[in-house]
Amino acid sequence: MSEEHLKITYKTIKERFGLHDSDIMKYPPTLMVEPEKIVEVSQVLRDEFGFNFLFELTAVDYWPEEEPRFHVIYGFYSHANNVRIALRVPLNSDQPSLHTLEGLYKGANWHERELWDMFGIKFEGHSDLRRILMPHDWEGHPLRKDYPLGYEEPQYTFNYDEIDKRKHHGRYEEA
Amino acid sequence: MGIEQKAGNMGIVTVGLEQAVNWARTNAMWPMLFGLACCAIEMMSAQAAHFDLSRFGMELMRASPRQSDLMIVAGRVSRKMAPVLRRLYDQLPDPKWVISMGDCASCSGVFNNYALLQGVDEVVPVDVYVAGCPPRPEALIHGIVTLYDKVRHEKINSWV
Amino acid sequence: MAEPLEVSYQELKHLVSDRALNGETVLLNMGPQHPSTHGVLRLLLELDGEVIVNCVPDIGFLHTGIEKNMESKRWELAEVMTDRTDYLNNTGNNLAYCLAIERLAELDVPPRAQAVRVILVELERISNHLVWLGTHALDLAAMSLFLYCFRERESILDIKEMCSGQRMMTTYFRPGGLWRDIPAEFEIAVRRFLRMFPGRIKQYEALLTKNPIWMDRTRNIGKISAEAAINMSLTGPVLRGSGVAYDVRKAQPYSGYEQYDFIIPTGTHGDVYDRYLVRMEEMRQSLRIVQQALDKLPYGPFRSNNRKYVPPPRAELGTSMEAVIHHFKLWTEGFTVPRGAVYQPVESPKGELGYYLESNGGNQPYRIHMRTPSFVHLQALPILCKGHLVADLVGIIGSVDIVLGDCDR
Repeated sequence: MSEEHLKITYKTIKERFGLHDSDIMKYPPTLMVEPEKIVEVSQVLRDEFGFNFLFELTAVDYWPEEEPRFHVIYGFYSHANNVRIALRVPLNSDQPSLHTLEGLYKGANWHERELWDMFGIKFEGHSDLRRILMPHDWEGHPLRKDYPLGYEEPQYTFNYDEIDKRKHHGRYEEA
Repeated sequence: MGIEQKAGNMGIVTVGLEQAVNWARTNAMWPMLFGLACCAIEMMSAQAAHFDLSRFGMELMRASPRQSDLMIVAGRVSRKMAPVLRRLYDQLPDPKWVISMGDCASCSGVFNNYALLQGVDEVVPVDVYVAGCPPRPEALIHGIVTLYDKVRHEKINSWV
Repeated sequence: MAEPLEVSYQELKHLVSDRALNGETVLLNMGPQHPSTHGVLRLLLELDGEVIVNCVPDIGFLHTGIEKNMESKRWELAEVMTDRTDYLNNTGNNLAYCLAIERLAELDVPPRAQAVRVILVELERISNHLVWLGTHALDLAAMSLFLYCFRERESILDIKEMCSGQRMMTTYFRPGGLWRDIPAEFEIAVRRFLRMFPGRIKQYEALLTKNPIWMDRTRNIGKISAEAAINMSLTGPVLRGSGVAYDVRKAQPYSGYEQYDFIIPTGTHGDVYDRYLVRMEEMRQSLRIVQQALDKLPYGPFRSNNRKYVPPPRAELGTSMEAVIHHFKLWTEGFTVPRGAVYQPVESPKGELGYYLESNGGNQPYRIHMRTPSFVHLQALPILCKGHLVADLVGIIGSVDIVLGDCDR
């Protein structure tokens, strides 16, 4: 299964764009890319090296580290050669935004909407950037590390009544 | 007994109004199709041939709330779904009952976080809670029979 | 925090065509509660009479915050939540999670555990296809098939219950192998199932495959070409129905799949009928794999011996001090996975399921992302259903085989 193709691709892309290896990703082999170059690198991967399938678009939040705060991970697969490669894009926290990949891969549409919804990463040029998983008037971006988990306080016997007063109970008629 | 003794063999039976109406309500209670998540699959298994729910009067599940009496909330209710749930409950005609099936509907189960209602009784009043993740079809049937027991003991002045 | 997006009419205008704004076409809401949407999915349809001009899916009604919730649980406790994402494929999700941890931690899995994992995952694939067939046929009005499929499924649920005690959410696979060894009745029950099931598949095919009503309702509906499917990141039976023979079990084998002999069925036209044929054939191939795995089932341990990750058996606790210490550490702190990130793909019955796992060296996952097939496939729905009738939409949603728990997580 064309491991040589993967090695050749990896070396060529690394030298052409001056990229570094990623020290975190164990599999698939990953390169770190600057935010401005991501569309160019993806285009080269798709057109020249045959990586025609986008299998992953996700992000990680490294708060309280501010620079970089987010890493956006793109995963590409080549059907003809059966190899996978990934790219990681570090983003700072003041204005996390990237150019959209929707022009190259239509399947990136909802992934980018999810990243906007969950992390607050804006994608310029996206056709329809609105919330996808949370209600449309939700405030905040839930998967960021400074967003609270929002759990329910357990009711023991000593605080049962005071929590019961605060809780909302469903009634037969809307109050 | 009642007037049967005096009326002879005329084929008259007397029974209290409460008993008659409660018996009629339990014998043909139609649930509304409200399966949300994993518990819905166990509800479908309970409806299928192995654990038959039709023997309890629930021959079919009506998709429209206007044509059903019982809402079995099967699955986790997210914050986006909560207004929809309340609206569907309001559209059920009286008399109506709610069974909260599964851990997620009763108390949010494994998930204690921002996205789920912590128990569906935050928005609708629940009659029977069925525990399990997901509850076995036998447990759901036990919950339904418990509801029938509750309905059989309802009194006239609590009818709506 | 960013300010909230206020969704007004202005902002939604770009989703519908201009004819809707004039009133020429009707906007219909196929709401979250609908018998044929297979869960809580809201579709905004723009109809010209009954012909669909545009279809905008609205998801998020089952969003459970699983990814964030798993970040505050320990590694072994977080596995419980993986069952509940794609609730028709519990063992497949467990397998993906365990394989990802084993890859990061470089944990070995004994061959017996790998074979049992393959057997249970393939039985789960058959169970998922049975639910798919039952509900798909129910939507297209072949109602008795629903009852037949659920009857078969009871046998598979009995096998799962025999191994792990639970019918659906088993959490039977653990990092390093299995939770406990399979009981003696397992082989008898699986062999009985293998004898009984091929006849049942023949019955279902006799009911549907050459049925003129079924063929009318499913042929030439929901077509997608292979290039468009690859561009939209489709995988699984939807991609195989369009002719691309891509299966993660053959392309990047895991858990011993390279030892088993099976074919990948593909279709030609990429319509609903071809996807139906692909899935029926996949059920047969799964039976083949289970037969081979059961015949070759090796003896041996069922879980790894690496005591940093796997608790020692209770009999050892009376004699060995290290066993007590390992037991104590695993129960109070849990195991820690070395720093790193990995993406592990598996072939779920719906498509390629991938777990992106990142660890910062602690005993809690730092970030888990589930690349679920239903989320990706639902994006393609507007392309699949353009120009068809509303009644065809029901068949198309059924053939894409979405599960909203998988989609919204």
